[in-house]
Amino acid sequence: MTFEHNTLEQVTTWVNAGHVSDFPENGGSTIFHEGDQIAVFNFKVLNKWFATQNLCPHKKQMILSRGIIGTEGETPKVACPYHKKTFSLETGENLNGCEDSIETFPIKIEDDTVFVGLYEKK
Amino acid sequence: MTKIVIVGNGMVSYKLCEKLIEKNTSASITVIGEEPRPAYDRVHLSAYFEDENAEKLSMASRDWYKGNGINLITSEKVSLINREQQTITTHTNSTYSYDYLVLATGSSAFVPPIKGVDKKGVFVYRTIEDLELMMAYGKKAKSAAVLGGGLLGLEAAKAAIDMKLKTSVVEFAPRLMPRQIDEVGGDLLKSKMEGIGIDVLLGKATSEIVGDDVMTGLSFSDDTALNVDMLIISAGIRPRDELGKAADIKTAERGGFVVNSLMQTNDEKIFAIGECASYENMIYGLVAPGYDMAEVVAEQIANENKEYTFEGCDMSTKLKLIGVDVASFGDPFCENIPHFPITINDQQNGIYKRINISEDGSKLLGGILIGDAEDYNMLHQMFINEMALPPHPQDLIIKSTGDGGAAIGVDALPDTAQVCSCENVTKGDICCSIKDDGVTDINGIKKATKAGTGCGGCMPMVNNILEDTLQKMGTVIRKEICEHFTYTRQEMFDLIKVNEIKTYDELLAKYGQGGGCETCKPLVGSLLASIWNDLILKEATIQDTNDRFLANIQKGGSYSVVPRIAGGEITPDKLIVIGEVAKEFDLYTKITGGQRIDLFGAKLNDLPLIWERFIDAGFESGHAYGKSLRTVKSCVGSTWCRFGLHDSVGFAIEIENRYKGLRSPHKLKGGVSGCIRECAEARGKDFGVIATEKGWNLYVGGNGGANPKHAVLLAGDIDKETVIKYIDRYLMFYIKTAEPLQRTAPWLEKLEGGIEYLKQVVVEDSLGIGEQLESDMEVLKAHYSCEWKEAVKNPEIRKRFAHFSNTDQDDPTLKFKRERDQKFPVAW
Ligand SMILES: Cc1cc2nc3c(=O)[nH]c(=O)nc-3n(C[C@H](O)[C@H](O)[C@H](O)COP(=O)(O)OP(=O)(O)OC[C@H]3O[C@@H](n4cnc5c(N)ncnc54)[C@H](O)[C@@H]3O)c2cc1C
Ligand code: SF4
Ligand code: SF4
Ligand code: FES
Repeated sequence: MTFEHNTLEQVTTWVNAGHVSDFPENGGSTIFHEGDQIAVFNFKVLNKWFATQNLCPHKKQMILSRGIIGTEGETPKVACPYHKKTFSLETGENLNGCEDSIETFPIKIEDDTVFVGLYEKK
Repeated sequence: MTKIVIVGNGMVSYKLCEKLIEKNTSASITVIGEEPRPAYDRVHLSAYFEDENAEKLSMASRDWYKGNGINLITSEKVSLINREQQTITTHTNSTYSYDYLVLATGSSAFVPPIKGVDKKGVFVYRTIEDLELMMAYGKKAKSAAVLGGGLLGLEAAKAAIDMKLKTSVVEFAPRLMPRQIDEVGGDLLKSKMEGIGIDVLLGKATSEIVGDDVMTGLSFSDDTALNVDMLIISAGIRPRDELGKAADIKTAERGGFVVNSLMQTNDEKIFAIGECASYENMIYGLVAPGYDMAEVVAEQIANENKEYTFEGCDMSTKLKLIGVDVASFGDPFCENIPHFPITINDQQNGIYKRINISEDGSKLLGGILIGDAEDYNMLHQMFINEMALPPHPQDLIIKSTGDGGAAIGVDALPDTAQVCSCENVTKGDICCSIKDDGVTDINGIKKATKAGTGCGGCMPMVNNILEDTLQKMGTVIRKEICEHFTYTRQEMFDLIKVNEIKTYDELLAKYGQGGGCETCKPLVGSLLASIWNDLILKEATIQDTNDRFLANIQKGGSYSVVPRIAGGEITPDKLIVIGEVAKEFDLYTKITGGQRIDLFGAKLNDLPLIWERFIDAGFESGHAYGKSLRTVKSCVGSTWCRFGLHDSVGFAIEIENRYKGLRSPHKLKGGVSGCIRECAEARGKDFGVIATEKGWNLYVGGNGGANPKHAVLLAGDIDKETVIKYIDRYLMFYIKTAEPLQRTAPWLEKLEGGIEYLKQVVVEDSLGIGEQLESDMEVLKAHYSCEWKEAVKNPEIRKRFAHFSNTDQDDPTLKFKRERDQKFPVAW
């Protein structure tokens, strides 16, 4: 499985995802960019933002942004709404240890605008 | 000092070293392995594709060997055994003498003699080096074929897919995994493979690998062909017994050193273990039997314990292919054995289960699980231990929904049951570590017994044994909610109520820690709603997706819409509206068991539009998405039915409207029948009311579902007002005291004193809380409002239903097909 935790150095474009108020607090929503769906999470409790692929690797459902977010120990995570498989929002690792990992993307806020860092696919 | 030489440094060789160290032998140990690195976990070889991290697969470091005084020599191949002088010679001409020689040379991939196997682009799947070569080549390739549709072949195919190659599996037999699963299972597995993008070619004999220097495709004996850039051969294994010939060590016809039950070859100074050993003409291509063999040899050498022998091993397996559950155990076919198969073949959900029951119905002979292998551990145990079957063996494979207990628990396992086969840990070992050594958690068990440290497949069962044993010891297991709240549900209920807490964030800040999770968030959401009956929309992101979007999520990511149709009574005008809306938004419609009409296949962004129409027509939310009152089913009753005693429809509507929107630990259903003939099936509900000559009988604690349960009589021949009063008290008492996601039937079962106690509380008001319960219910009733009414008129809330936050477009991945004149989701 390709497991990519994309780092800042790899970013080739910062995509404007919208105003911070477009994103629910302590939850996720989806953005659409050139055919790709990216889940964006506004983790208010931790004062952090995260972005991951929207596709749940378990049954290949475009759904992760609608999952409940939380923490496991120190690790922020999202639980897929279908079968509650959980993934680290930081590294994308599947925390139940039985699914593939998900892709994660850097995210930054500038002047109340949310930017997701994408990279050129080969 | 005894000199032990071990040839080969694979998993089994490592295990032997570990066991010898454990047993404190004073022997000098030399291990000679041909591979460049110390033993690694071949079972999880495919993980190497993910991170190319060989370190993670390592069984032990070179330092470990050194620290334990073992002389480890890698990249060196043993080429000769001299039995007379008791020495071995390596390919670099070094010679070592031994008192005991252990052959742990494993297997190599079997490469069938097909024309062209030596071309570039042909690979086997056995070592880290194989994978490295494959990955390098795969970068330039577009497509790959896997020769062999067995356990390993499918794993290789998954690896190829992950390398982003167009992948096909070529199998000679007419189905996949022909040795483990039957035809029906094979068909389903094929469609699952195709579902993750793997082409499956069955009944194909490969006659040639074509291409010049570099392969370009395969041709088959039926004159068909496949163009493909690379081939991974996974056609079985060949024991590495080549050292046997010159030294005159007996080998079996199908390969492998012939061993007895003490793992001795025909030379009693020479043992063979693992995949290179042939015991009773059988090669075990699995790691667990190899570990067992290592134990036998360690006992021989360290204690000369002749009693501990190898007795064969069963070949049950579970595929660890990501995303596809496949397992088989015992005799999956029972071809020539009289037996009764029990099967579930659920095509829609892609689940096939088969268990074979002995002719006398006393025990399990084997089985197959596809699509859902969760029960594998338990079934496997029942098989190995020849445990007695429950009265209805079908319960073993029918999913219990948590509404009642599983068909059989770990309690029934004998102490000798081998729970962890990698490390050979029995249930007794685990229980001992808990009872005698005071272990109380999973990590402690892992440390004390090693259970679960191998493949990890036994962890769920280890966990159950832990809980079961602690419970029996009288250790109270507080059902704390999760790592964020160290309280039980009941304690949380009181905290919220007494401290007047209104939001999740407030509760987390005051009484919790960390960032919350998918367990505590919806639970608190439900408690807040049960206590204050505030709109659940307020803190939408703590709700499960159903509550968050006020609709039930269905396969493929669409939602269903369920308007309330109280008592199942609906006017023609409203029926027309339902039809019109369904047509306009292209929704699948179905009449449900709860006497209402569900509309499926709605896009998230259409939900507010659909509901706007329904609200205008006077409908309200049916709360099908929440853990709350669903429906109160009714028969036509005295209005139309010639047997009817009272107006069951009218009463059902009254009750449904009274409790609509009520949030509870689990969903609630009710029913009202007009006479004892019970056409509304009221006794299959959480509360059921049945008309009598003198009034109504009230029954409680019933449900349908996987473990049907008839509701029991709470009070008889009472009038309508009393029925309502008692239901108020009963429901409120349940809401306050039940566990999360516990329906009324199991709640009543666990309630100390059972129905007699409930009668005292509700009917006789023995706790003196009757009035309180009633007024709590009044408060909730007063706070009811339809969530959808609120949602459609509030633009802020409507915004949440946008599919994407940066564009208005629909989700292009939503896919439907048409069947029977309606729309259907495509299967996953
Ligand atoms: C991809 C894959 C997935 C698998 N999945 C599972 C699974 O899910 N469950 C399961 O139970 N099993 C699984 N197996 C099988 C399991 O890995 C083997 O049963 C196990 O590794 C056998 O251990 P062994 O020590 O007998 O042999 P090996 O691990 O093959 O070790 C033998 C070693 O000896 C070396 N050797 C051979 N001849 C010589 C010589 N003359 N001189 C020096 N060294 C020599 C070899 O190079 C090799 O390193 C899988 C195997 C593979 C390849
Ligand atoms: S339960 Fe009695 S009243 Fe109701 S429909 Fe059946 S027979 Fe008629
Ligand atoms: S019985 Fe219920 S849960 Fe099962 S498929 Fe039917 S609707 Fe779904
Ligand atoms: S689809 Fe995500 S957990 Fe099953």
